[in-house]
Amino acid sequence: MSSLTTGLKGRAELGVALLLGAAGALVLWDAIGLVTPYSKSDPVGPKTVPYIVGALLIICAVLLAINVLRGGKGEAEGGEDVELGHPADWKTVLPLAGAFILNILLIDWAGWVISGTVLFWGSVLALGSRHYVRDGIISVALSLLTFYGFYLGLGIALPAGLLEGVL
Amino acid sequence: MDVWSSLMDGFATALTPMNFLYAVIGVILGTAVGVLPGLGPAMTVALLLPVTYALEPTSAFIMFAGIYYGGMYGGSTTSILLNTPGESSSVVTAIEGNKMAKAGRAAQALATAAIGSFVAGTIGTTLLAVCAPIVVKFAVSLGSPSYFAIMMLALLAVTAVLGSSRLRGFASLGLGLAIGLVGLDSVTGQRRLTFGQPLLSDGLDIVVVAVAIFAVGEALWVAAHLRRTPLHIIPVGRPWMGKQDWKRSWKPWLRGTAFGFPFGALPAGGAEIPTFLSYVTEKRLSKHPEEFGKGAIEGVAGPEAANNAAAAGTLTPMLALGLPTNATAAVMLAAFTSYGIQPGPQLFTSEGPLVWALIASLFIGNLLLLIINLPLAPVWAKLLQLPRPYLYAGILFFATLGAYSVNLQAFDLVILLVLGALGFMMRRFGLPVLPLILGVILGPRLEGQLRKTLQLSAGDPAGLWSEPIAVVIYIIIGIILLWPLLFKLFRRNRAAATPVGPQLKSGSSAPNEAGGSVSHASHRASGGDGPGGDGGDGDG
Repeated sequence: MSSLTTGLKGRAELGVALLLGAAGALVLWDAIGLVTPYSKSDPVGPKTVPYIVGALLIICAVLLAINVLRGGKGEAEGGEDVELGHPADWKTVLPLAGAFILNILLIDWAGWVISGTVLFWGSVLALGSRHYVRDGIISVALSLLTFYGFYLGLGIALPAGLLEGVL
Repeated sequence: MDVWSSLMDGFATALTPMNFLYAVIGVILGTAVGVLPGLGPAMTVALLLPVTYALEPTSAFIMFAGIYYGGMYGGSTTSILLNTPGESSSVVTAIEGNKMAKAGRAAQALATAAIGSFVAGTIGTTLLAVCAPIVVKFAVSLGSPSYFAIMMLALLAVTAVLGSSRLRGFASLGLGLAIGLVGLDSVTGQRRLTFGQPLLSDGLDIVVVAVAIFAVGEALWVAAHLRRTPLHIIPVGRPWMGKQDWKRSWKPWLRGTAFGFPFGALPAGGAEIPTFLSYVTEKRLSKHPEEFGKGAIEGVAGPEAANNAAAAGTLTPMLALGLPTNATAAVMLAAFTSYGIQPGPQLFTSEGPLVWALIASLFIGNLLLLIINLPLAPVWAKLLQLPRPYLYAGILFFATLGAYSVNLQAFDLVILLVLGALGFMMRRFGLPVLPLILGVILGPRLEGQLRKTLQLSAGDPAGLWSEPIAVVIYIIIGIILLWPLLFKLFRRNRAAATPVGPQLKSGSSAPNEAGGSVSHASHRASGGDGPGGDGGDGDG
């Protein structure tokens, strides 16, 4: 790895420190907004723990920033299907997230069978499968199976949406 | 409180035809999902949670017992046949197991893993049945101050001891505690961190959080780094062992169990340290030390037994104190709460039949695992060939389904995505996941005990150390937190006295020579060898 990429990676981790700091500030800000009269039966009150948690997050943020600037680096997680040799492949992750968001937008309106199909088909596509028809059939089958499986087997009625009456 | 008769009642419950069927389904589902690469036991349990919603608690937990051991066993199959361990606890198994498989002894490696798991699981579950009531007896005498201290110990120990960087562990813990704060305050009913969103006032569903962090985060992370060159999978027939293999396996099984159970039962034990200790011990005691690194059966038998015994050990504090010490136990505890069951020492009295049925089905699940897995191993090996797009799309699909079916709200899916992105970031920058999950689960209970304690002492902080057990635990916490400092001092003194401790040196270099080919996860396990080792990089 060249020194340029390590430098860039080090800077990316500062974002984590920033996020921790922001989360800490948010927790503190929210806690300050709570109004509670002192009560004998609850001397700790609802504010104490948020103050501690917020402080912990901010301390961690500062220490992490110092650690990263000094050259410390978090160790990316490995796994069976993970190859850490190449940089993050956003061309896979972003469409995957897209399929996920599409499912969120569709699920209540179009129903699980349609949104689930979109989710699975979109995800498979994003992950690099190119058997469009086979993938489509599997997606529809999986969505239908889970819809009926949940309804008949578990008694959970997933939304039917547009296909209300058909299913 | 007669252990034997309670256990027999448990068996009677667990062996009714319907419940037995659930145990079988649990074992098969657990193994099938656990074998899939990228799916560890914790994620297996989290993903299969919704399947159990329609069942009554007893049946559900009987199924869980099967899923738990099934998922553990599935994970070790994967690491033997693929040589890329998914979890740190099976790193050591992979070292020798994959070498054996490559040398054409996959059948024996799988057999010694399966039988060793059975032996360790059975002994471990027996110890659980004996120890848990004793722990409970002791625990019911404890008051809020002691509970507060014990929970602090569990949280801080997991955060400070496991993982390679303490700082990143505490960052993860902080995030988890913050997530746990969301919702109505239990005492005053004030809304905290809800930002005026009525949907947030019930707090974040722990199932949604677990599925997001484990499943969605993992799927996104793998998607970003998907291995484009397919892994070589070693074909395998029906597992079996020759006479020589038996002779070389049984002692490591027992020694592995002895290492595994106590470590599993400790607040920060986990399975990494005992599996590693077992490996080193077997290497030293073996009559065939030259085979180590080339596929020694002892190196599979010992660590695999240690791994399973640790899994049983973990259940002791979980059932007796309501204290989860690893990710899988944390998810199971979340399942308890979603059934309205209060975890804690009162569990054995309030839900006695359920707990004993669970313990009985651990025995049954263990036996089923052995019966089902030996003949089915070739089938499980085929699952490893599932095309990766289908596998990870499937994980996202079922994660969505599971999270949505909890409350049937699309809003939960938004949270799933946001926390999934957080899980992705944590994997990218080496923040451990476990402290976050424990923070979410234990945070609110910790706060409850804190408030109860100070309510009893009328606001005097001295109430926190008003019980002797609490004082002892605070001292232990102090030692754990100061450990890296003490360790450095100790090493400096020792280095001044004798140049290099030869024992220490051979111990710590053992995994490295063999672990060279075992991918990235290996040095995490060896880092766990001295608790807090070199103190990670820059603790505060």
